[in-house]
Amino acid sequence: MAEPILSVRGLETYFRPDEGIVRAVDGASFDLYPGRTLGIVGESGCGKSVTARSILRIVERPGKVERGEVLLRRSDGRVVDLVTIDAQGAGMRDIRGGEIGYVFQEPMSSLSSFHTIGNQVIEAIRLHRAVSAKDARARAIELLQLVGIPRPEQRIDSYSFELSGGLRQRVMIALALAAEPRILIADEPTTALDVTTQAQILELIRKIQAERNLAVILITHDMGVIAEMADAVSVMYLGKVVESGPVDTIFHAPRHPYTQALLRSIPSVLAEPRSRLATIAGGIQHPYARPPGCPFHPRCQSFMPGVCDRNAPPVTKLDAEHEVRCFLYGAPARSAT
Amino acid sequence: MSGPAQLSVPLVTVAEEKIAAATQLQLTWWRFRKHKVAVAGGVIVILFYLAAVFADFLAVTPPHATDAARSYIPPQAVHWFDDDGSFKPYVYALKGRRDMRTFKLIYVPDPADKRYVVWFAEGYAYELLGAFETKRHILGLDRGVPEDALFLLGTDQLGRDVWSRLMLATRTSLTIGLIGVALSLFLGVLLGGISGLYGGAIDTVIQRVIEILRSIPTIPLWMGLAAALPADWSVTQVYISITVIISLIGWTELARVVRGRFLALREEEFITAAELAGASQLRIIFRHMVPSFLSHIIAAISLALPAMIISETTLSFLGLGLRPPAISWGVLLQDGQNIQALAHAPWLLFVAVPVIVVILAFNFLGDGLRDAADPYG
Amino acid sequence: MTTEQTVLSVEGLKKYFPIRRGLLRRVVGQVKAVDDVSFTIDRGETLSLVGESGCGKTTTSRCILRAIQPTAGAIQFRTDQNREVDVAGLTRTELRPLRRQMQMIFQDPYSSLNPRMTIADIIGEPLLVNGMGNLAARRNRVAELLDVVQLPRAYMNRFPHAFSGGQRQRIGIARALALNPALIVADEPVSALDVSVQAQIINLMLELQDRLRLSYLFVAHDLSVVKHVSHRVAVMYVGKMVEVASTSTLFRAPRHPYTEALLSAVPVPDPRQRAKRIVLEGEVADPSRVPPGCAFHPRCRYAVERCRVETPTLEQIAPNRWVSCHRVRELTLQGVVS
Ligand SMILES: Nc1ncnc2c1ncn2[C@@H]1O[C@H](COP(=O)(O)OP(=O)(O)OP(=O)(O)O)[C@@H](O)[C@H]1O
Ligand SMILES: Nc1ncnc2c1ncn2[C@@H]1O[C@H](COP(=O)(O)OP(=O)(O)OP(=O)(O)O)[C@@H](O)[C@H]1O
Ligand code: SF4
Ligand code: SF4
Ligand SMILES: [Mg+2]
Ligand SMILES: [Mg+2]
Repeated sequence: MAEPILSVRGLETYFRPDEGIVRAVDGASFDLYPGRTLGIVGESGCGKSVTARSILRIVERPGKVERGEVLLRRSDGRVVDLVTIDAQGAGMRDIRGGEIGYVFQEPMSSLSSFHTIGNQVIEAIRLHRAVSAKDARARAIELLQLVGIPRPEQRIDSYSFELSGGLRQRVMIALALAAEPRILIADEPTTALDVTTQAQILELIRKIQAERNLAVILITHDMGVIAEMADAVSVMYLGKVVESGPVDTIFHAPRHPYTQALLRSIPSVLAEPRSRLATIAGGIQHPYARPPGCPFHPRCQSFMPGVCDRNAPPVTKLDAEHEVRCFLYGAPARSAT
Repeated sequence: MSGPAQLSVPLVTVAEEKIAAATQLQLTWWRFRKHKVAVAGGVIVILFYLAAVFADFLAVTPPHATDAARSYIPPQAVHWFDDDGSFKPYVYALKGRRDMRTFKLIYVPDPADKRYVVWFAEGYAYELLGAFETKRHILGLDRGVPEDALFLLGTDQLGRDVWSRLMLATRTSLTIGLIGVALSLFLGVLLGGISGLYGGAIDTVIQRVIEILRSIPTIPLWMGLAAALPADWSVTQVYISITVIISLIGWTELARVVRGRFLALREEEFITAAELAGASQLRIIFRHMVPSFLSHIIAAISLALPAMIISETTLSFLGLGLRPPAISWGVLLQDGQNIQALAHAPWLLFVAVPVIVVILAFNFLGDGLRDAADPYG
Repeated sequence: MTTEQTVLSVEGLKKYFPIRRGLLRRVVGQVKAVDDVSFTIDRGETLSLVGESGCGKTTTSRCILRAIQPTAGAIQFRTDQNREVDVAGLTRTELRPLRRQMQMIFQDPYSSLNPRMTIADIIGEPLLVNGMGNLAARRNRVAELLDVVQLPRAYMNRFPHAFSGGQRQRIGIARALALNPALIVADEPVSALDVSVQAQIINLMLELQDRLRLSYLFVAHDLSVVKHVSHRVAVMYVGKMVEVASTSTLFRAPRHPYTEALLSAVPVPDPRQRAKRIVLEGEVADPSRVPPGCAFHPRCRYAVERCRVETPTLEQIAPNRWVSCHRVRELTLQGVVS
């Protein structure tokens, strides 16, 4: 396969509010390739959004990227580590939007209701490209057309609150694509939408990806969306990527007990009517009180007392593309005890 | 039951259990406590109200005792250490001297006559907390009466001790705020509640009334109302009327808060749940709605109080509110407002300091309370 | 169509919300949130109401519980004394004794519990306001209910903020069960929950139904969840019912074009089943400006001239099967194959 356009290695992002410390991202590694989609999946609070924000260096206080590398291969072939460059500097501002487009999780709060959608798209274009106001407007209309907004010449002057949820999400995507980035990070782009609208948006992302050879990171908690869209998948649990691999492997040969349990517990349209679901006992721990050792151990059916609750399991490479973080596959580090 | 649906009962620590069973009030308090500026504001507000309660005790001279001869004496310099270096604060007594050109009696400090400041000395008689007859005051002099020499903040034109008057003014101004707020609260909760609860035409009428009241510029309104007060009314009558006048505006804000909360709460699912359980309207209001916005009301009050205090001060300063012989911050400030007083006795303007301090303290407190009131919202 | 087994029978239910404008709040139009909806629910049965956002699911369920007053229609409820009562026509006072037989589970596990009351007070409130037992008896019942929803009894004196979303939803279920209702209306009870917790609540609801012979009106937009809980499914589009069928039939062989599109849009959690989806064009119609004829015609790929002018009615095409489409007899539609 070609060189990855983005490689995240051992990313750790912590929040240190007064009450304690939240290891929001605690060891995330993955690679992203042009024209492919990486799905990041996990339950609420597992650190998906913070991972995306860490890549873009927009983690809000009191959060901080503590360790790790985010290696971006720029169009000229140079590789830069986004963790080491100044988050507020011109370089990073150029990468944000210019190289990596970001679709935020909350479409309502990330679109301004004081400016027309057109002005917001135009501003995003002119932030990265020196074009005249007239050209920018023409490009904005083109962009709105591209993301499937009907009658873009008229809609360009409307405000976000005048649009339906689906149209608003399309505007968000137009904004993210304004400066023709090579990477698109979409954080739960369809969670607030109906299935039919979701299908439209997913179709749109696929279409644009094919046209532009975009590398896409798709963040979601919906296994269905992942199965539909992703080429490779990283499963996160309480800040850690617990398993990653090609989408077929993750769905048909999952190794990590969490992935296995999660797949068994999701309702599916293919199931027998009124069939019981397998459940994962318990709930997700409070972010301030994350379990020691393997974070999944209080809910894990393969829990090995004295092993899993002592040390954090290492990452084991099962094959070239399939990695799992569990003691069932890698011996406990003897030196640590 | 199928599946391992048992819940992982977490190992509950004592601290967690404490948080889990914490009432809303406790949670609010814990949050408020972290807000250092607000806590400081709260402490200052409490100190001020203590001063209001013990105003007579903190005063040292009878606040109405005049002596034209002692007019415009500057603040007394307090000497903290005695000649032998021991901590023993004293002031110089004032010696009367006839000015040979004007033949007026003026008072100057007499370095030969030291008067030591003593704690809990006897002074004029008053009723502590309105019940106990006493003569104790916080400060006094070892010899003679304080009226002779103890003017910590100087005197005014009529020779009255500014410090003592300031203490009594604090009482008046702060209580006028309290009573005004109580009145606005009553009106605000009643009308806001009706407005939010019933909606429809009643709501529209009340909302329009509020808008009209709020669109009238306050100062001219007050001036009009205050000018209508008969000049021969007693201090108490004027006092009560002024309170009513300023709370006339104050209630509108509170009514808005209450109405807004009612409307917001009506949409809350736990209210629907109570309705579906068969709870009566009264129970829904008093068990579910009122506790949910009590903290908002407290915050609104702590923001309304300073507005009331400012209103009184402004009115009295403009000569439209309380009038001498009543003593309030506004009345005292009015004393210091003419050019002559400014030139001769700038210390009369010291009254502005407590006004500013208490208003700021109230605002910090109110902000902190508002933030703490809604730990989950 | 109603039998002894029928707990709820809704006939021609309508709810129009007036649209008011201007200073005088004049009525300038109407939102036809629910427009002529009819269905029945049997004892021990789950009927699911599905459809896109704004199609009137919540409005329908609130009308049935009389949290809002319907504009028209009959809501026949069979009481525990086996009497049929039209809930739509009752006054507040007449309604109160019936309330305990119909309860609700809410969508938002956060806003549905009063943050200022303990769990015991929340679950015990229906008992208290209906004057059931003294304090000790009520606490006993609360403890029993906590067992039923599998929460430790020790949690009784805690406040809602100490619980996770899934635990709160259990508390909400316990409150709904407190008065032994016959019918439970659940409006999106699992959509706010995490995937791994959804399964627990779905199973719990299924178990309780079997054990207590409850009837559920289950409102959801997630068709995968619907497949797991329902006996029958009713599909709504812009205030109207377009198809009613038993769960397996509806998923296997839908007869309404909208049902077909809806099913086709659901992502299947299996990358080997990536299929060509029917992607519906455009947006759901605005219920204040419903298109003439069949409301679905601007998005329907089978629409013909007749659909633009003539409104189809819900007709029975087989036992237990109703469809509202002019072309129901000519079309062969695609369901999900398992
Ligand atoms: N500003 C913050 N201060 C403190 N903790 C934070 C902050 N932002 C996020 N966190 C914590 O970081 C963790 C990860 O949050 P994140 O938003 O990445 O979750 P997520 O996987 O995106 O979840 P969701 O599916 O709900 O969007 C959570 O436990 C959260 O409590
Ligand atoms: N109080 C109201 N006043 C005016 N219109 C209303 C009111 N309540 C609901 N509506 C409208 O009625 C329609 C149906 O709303 P309803 O909440 O029943 O939809 P729903 O199917 O539950 O949608 P969702 O899946 O988003 O919950 C919507 O168009 C909504 O805007
Ligand atoms: S490390 Fe242990 S507890 Fe963690 S997933 Fe593997 S087996 Fe389960
Ligand atoms: S009536 Fe016509 S437009 Fe409506 S669903 Fe049937 S075929 Fe489509
Ligand atoms: Mg997120
Ligand atoms: Mg709804």
